[in-house]
Amino acid sequence: MAIERFPIEAGHVLMFARAIGDPNPIYADADVATASEVGAIPAPPTFVTASAHFDPDYPLRPKPGEPWFGSGREATGAKPTVPSGGDGGGGTSLHAEQHYEYHRPLVVGDVLHARGRKGEQWEKQGRSGTLKFTALITEYLDANDEVVITARTVAVLTEGPK
Amino acid sequence: MSISASDLKVGDSKELQLVDDLTRTQIVMYAGASGDYNPLHSDEKFAREVAGYPGIFAHGMLTMGMTGRIVTDWFDVARVTKYGVRFVRQVWPGATLTATAVVDAIRDEDGVHYADVSITTVDQDGTTVLTGTATARLDP
Repeated sequence: MAIERFPIEAGHVLMFARAIGDPNPIYADADVATASEVGAIPAPPTFVTASAHFDPDYPLRPKPGEPWFGSGREATGAKPTVPSGGDGGGGTSLHAEQHYEYHRPLVVGDVLHARGRKGEQWEKQGRSGTLKFTALITEYLDANDEVVITARTVAVLTEGPK
Repeated sequence: MSISASDLKVGDSKELQLVDDLTRTQIVMYAGASGDYNPLHSDEKFAREVAGYPGIFAHGMLTMGMTGRIVTDWFDVARVTKYGVRFVRQVWPGATLTATAVVDAIRDEDGVHYADVSITTVDQDGTTVLTGTATARLDP
């Protein structure tokens, strides 16, 4: 996964804060944010997950003219091309863990880019069979190529819905 | 609103209700804001008939995002240096979620003070849906 340009925008932060039910005015009111220690509208801690919007190949977003695995005329419009949980009773990929390290506060006006690399892989015996874990490390860098946030995502592939 | 190391002690805790009766609409808001349009989180027909779940459920990242408030309300968002979670159970529409954070350690690292907290989010039945940890920078 690579994202070439992920601009941190005030409207996007506002929408994201609303979606997580956070009424803190620092995300919505530039005056409150300017008077705060960081002096600008900060991004909520999990905001960089919304970099998905800026990943041209992000698989969990329908694209015009392409089959989508959610329902329309039928219960599914396509076989999923990625582990998505939607493959009809076979393996199901679920988000198991998410970790962020913040090297400095992320604020509106930053323009990030991101690069991902595979982390470790391991297996565990669960109640319903073998669980396969995979880690993905994503670094979000600013315009000066300084790392702002390091993210570690752990996905687990199970043998069916719980 | 930053916190001083001298004002904080190990064992201090906070509790916060994150959501009362989680709506499908809020889950859709999260899909739009985050960009994760996995139909498991918005498409009942797909979730039941194709994926074999009882219905749609919240993105784990929505629960993580909501839970983050307990850290940012306490320590200030710009002071958070680490935040990580495990997703323990799925969260379904109608859920009422409450987060608790407890100070595990107050540390001095090269003259900078930090608090480490552990976090647990439970649903209306007291079932843990998420566990995590966070670190925040403190004033001296």
